[in-house]
Amino acid sequence: MNEDQIVQLLILTLKGASPLIFAALGELIVEKSGVLNLGVEGIMLMGAVAGFIGAYEYGFVVGILFAVAAGVLMSLLFGILTLSLVSNQVATGLALTIFGIGLSAFIGIPFEGKKLAGEIGMINIPLLADIPLLGPLLFKHDPLLYLSIVLFGLVTWFLYRTRGGLILRAVGESHDAAHALGYSVIKIRYIAVAFGGAMAGLGGAYLSLVLTPGWEQDMTAQRGWIALALVVFATWRPARVLVGAWLFGGLTILNLWAQSQGIGLPQQLLTALPFLATIVVLVLISRDATMIRLNAPASLGKPFHPTS
Amino acid sequence: MRIKLEPRVASSQLMRYGGPVMALAATVIVGGILFAALGKNPVTGIYAFFIAPLTTLFGLGDLLAKATPLVICAIGLSIGFRGNVWNIGAEGQLIVGAVCGGSMALAFYPDDSWYVLPLMVLAGMAGGMAWASIPAFLRNRFNVNEILTSLMLTYVAIELWKYMITGPLLDPGGSSFPQSREFPPGLLFGSIFESARTSVLFAVVVIVIGWLFMTRALQGFKVDVVGQAIQAAQYAGFSQRRVVWLSFLVAGGAAGLAGLIEITGPIKQLPLKFTPGYGFVAIIVAFVGRLHPVGMTIAALLMALMFLGGDELQFSLNLPPAIAGMFQGLLLFFVLASEVLIRFRIKVIRPVRSTAGAVPEGGAGE
Repeated sequence: MNEDQIVQLLILTLKGASPLIFAALGELIVEKSGVLNLGVEGIMLMGAVAGFIGAYEYGFVVGILFAVAAGVLMSLLFGILTLSLVSNQVATGLALTIFGIGLSAFIGIPFEGKKLAGEIGMINIPLLADIPLLGPLLFKHDPLLYLSIVLFGLVTWFLYRTRGGLILRAVGESHDAAHALGYSVIKIRYIAVAFGGAMAGLGGAYLSLVLTPGWEQDMTAQRGWIALALVVFATWRPARVLVGAWLFGGLTILNLWAQSQGIGLPQQLLTALPFLATIVVLVLISRDATMIRLNAPASLGKPFHPTS
Repeated sequence: MRIKLEPRVASSQLMRYGGPVMALAATVIVGGILFAALGKNPVTGIYAFFIAPLTTLFGLGDLLAKATPLVICAIGLSIGFRGNVWNIGAEGQLIVGAVCGGSMALAFYPDDSWYVLPLMVLAGMAGGMAWASIPAFLRNRFNVNEILTSLMLTYVAIELWKYMITGPLLDPGGSSFPQSREFPPGLLFGSIFESARTSVLFAVVVIVIGWLFMTRALQGFKVDVVGQAIQAAQYAGFSQRRVVWLSFLVAGGAAGLAGLIEITGPIKQLPLKFTPGYGFVAIIVAFVGRLHPVGMTIAALLMALMFLGGDELQFSLNLPPAIAGMFQGLLLFFVLASEVLIRFRIKVIRPVRSTAGAVPEGGAGE
């Protein structure tokens, strides 16, 4: 492998990490508010199909807006059930995923195998993009990839540097205390859930518009679930989500590279590797029960109703 | 309009049984709207999906054949769900069960003596239990969230399946098409009518045992207490770890049995793909059936009907079978939504013209 190839692999790693960054940062905010949404996979698929339809019919900008709208609608469905109707969050999230797989397959039928008119434009940051090696690696990307990094900054700033972030975390730690202080727990959770949906929708759009342009059934390939695992891996901290997503993106790319090089392992083992790696990482993180207890939002997954 | 939920003093019996019926009606209505939105005749679509499969003897046989693995998996899973243990990897446990049971048949090949089939059943259940014991062990020993591990293991199981049928279990006589050789006829469950097999008796046995366990056994009561009031359970000395183990082993054994039943029916080999996601749909069956054996039996028949309806739609309206999943998810949404009516009363404050109630709308992405 020469330098150019290494740079190529690193660029692919960054691209592969982007959908995970979107989805996992969104879910991080949702979980920080005390809600566990297991429907990320289904929302991403809806974002992917809606994004592709929008981009195919009206161009990239509309596609991205469609994906965000689809993500928000899906997550509001989850919100109505779990927040207003106090249904079980685990069961509802699973139902959302199964529903999203089916609905995206349904509305995506006419668009399977279609191709977009062009590729999404790259943003080359002047001067910096011309630096050898570092230029292409850091300053020559599609706009959505930059957006994922900007959103990472915004999420971190919001959570730890603003009053809103403090309230959000308070709701996730103790909804009863937040309620007693006069904050509307349900309203804040609705906003968090909708934000998570928009982010998962963006993650889906990154797949169908940038990473592997086009629409096919189940194209997320379990990335929604990986994103959920990343939040635990990151012990609910945005910076670790970013690192985790890059590690995971790198693992996926290395895996593809290893398969193309034909190393002596069965192909099925290599395909199973990301899932095995996720399990190993979860074991390493979770075995310290105290650390999980200190970092996980204390009200995570617990239903809240003001009168009960 | 403002709607307020007011807790009921006692849970409503009417809503407990009426809720799922209303949910089914709402699913049919929203399904019809979705068909219309895609330019298909809603009446034709609904008929093809819900009614047409029931009009032939072949369809009815297929209904029983598909409901059997669903209800077996669902009853296994429901014990965990009652105890707040979230095994969502039944699909993987089902696959490993089929691998182990199938390997047993192939190890004896071409022997099809009377004792081989029972050995296959045992191997299938043991395989499912072994696969399920991984998340149980990780949860109890390392505090790892069982939702994620059991799910990830499903995708590992799928790769294991592919490896086995392209490698060790590949049909030695056939072309290199990835599948095992066919089992001898003595290792298959006989037909009752059409594709309904004698293995449906396993479903009956599992339903009865499940009902006895949940309503009559002390251990079943302990599971419920751990699930509903962990502090009371700790005070009473009921072990949560034991409930985790029990939940996973029972669910894994049931899923392994379901996988074995699939390959000893009309499929009679280990093919490239043999499950349309029974392990995942069983989760829906468990919740739509409100974690009760009788409810789950009805729900399994309903979900089996939706699988058949999905095939029918592909045939008559050229729609992908994945639509079955959309309807299955939709029904679960409505059932979950209707559950609120059991515990709460809907009170409309300052009523205005709109009558839209607690029924959420399907979130289409356009």
